[in-house]
Amino acid sequence: MDVVNQLQRQFLDYSASLHREGFLDDQFTQLQKLQDENSPDFVVEVASLFFEDCEKLINNMARALEQQGVDFKQVDASVHQLKGSSSSIGAMRVKNVCIAFRSFCEAQNREGCLRCLQQVTHEYSLLKNKLQTLFRLEQQILAAGGSVPAIE
Amino acid sequence: MGMAADSEFHVLAVDDSIIDRKLIERLLKTSSYQVTTVDSGSKALEFLGLHEDLHDRIDQNTPSVSPNNHQEVEVNLVITDYCMPGMTGYDLLKKIKESSSLKNIPVVIMSSENVPSRISRCLEEGAEEFFLKPVRLSDLNKLRPHMLKTKSKDHCKEQVDEKTAFPSPKQEGKEESNNNKRKATEEGVSPERTRPRPRPRPNGITTMV
Repeated sequence: MDVVNQLQRQFLDYSASLHREGFLDDQFTQLQKLQDENSPDFVVEVASLFFEDCEKLINNMARALEQQGVDFKQVDASVHQLKGSSSSIGAMRVKNVCIAFRSFCEAQNREGCLRCLQQVTHEYSLLKNKLQTLFRLEQQILAAGGSVPAIE
Repeated sequence: MGMAADSEFHVLAVDDSIIDRKLIERLLKTSSYQVTTVDSGSKALEFLGLHEDLHDRIDQNTPSVSPNNHQEVEVNLVITDYCMPGMTGYDLLKKIKESSSLKNIPVVIMSSENVPSRISRCLEEGAEEFFLKPVRLSDLNKLRPHMLKTKSKDHCKEQVDEKTAFPSPKQEGKEESNNNKRKATEEGVSPERTRPRPRPRPNGITTMV
């Protein structure tokens, strides 16, 4: 039981830090609340879809920005999509970069866009690592026979 | 878990984002609705049994509907994203409202962007609600009154639920008069969203104002 308590505390602390540092916002908590016995892997599934989507969109943006004549509308379309997905999953920092990114697209500022692309790539990989850590903690709790505490 | 009546309601969710489709599906299922998700407006129309080339041939005077225009599965509400490539949610809304066979299906629009002119345009075109994304469970509570309006009188007696807008608790059996039910559901429509009073829509179903 001690092991379970320890793991649970670790999980809660880690989760709190992710929120505190702005990686996740309340929407992520909403997703966790939607997970139940009918849909026990819901959060992990949504996160996986998000990461796949992220990679695809980042690649699209990179390709579009490499062109001689950049089609900023095309870049913006991808950023818009990424902003939407990150908002839906609660990936706050990714979303915030997207907001800045869109302004640069509107201003047709290639340098600004490239900087944002770099930032968004960075935030995405940070978040991916952190969520994987969080999910791993969940698995450890369950493996130890405990239950994952609900986030308030 | 939910009332048996809830799973009578079938919602068609339309969104080009796979994440948002997954999310809306979970939200709807948690609210005990049956859900079908599609990734485009054209697929939505296909599912609803409406083929664009036939649309013009169906006019309101025709009492019978062409077999190809027959709605295959009953859909009680369509919830659609606004920004989609090809056919936008607004375009889909228009097509549904212009179709004699589909116009009575309530349509709800979702959007990640809070654009007042967009919102009023959708509401004027006949959308029942406009939800800002990310959509919450509490938003979905606003759906039931709209779906109840489209159910026939015979189903009324099963729809006793505190969450609906019925002012009086558990009704005994069927509604005595549809008037009461109509008023109750209208009052239940959330006043928080700024929206113009919808104009009365000409339609074949008598339960609507």
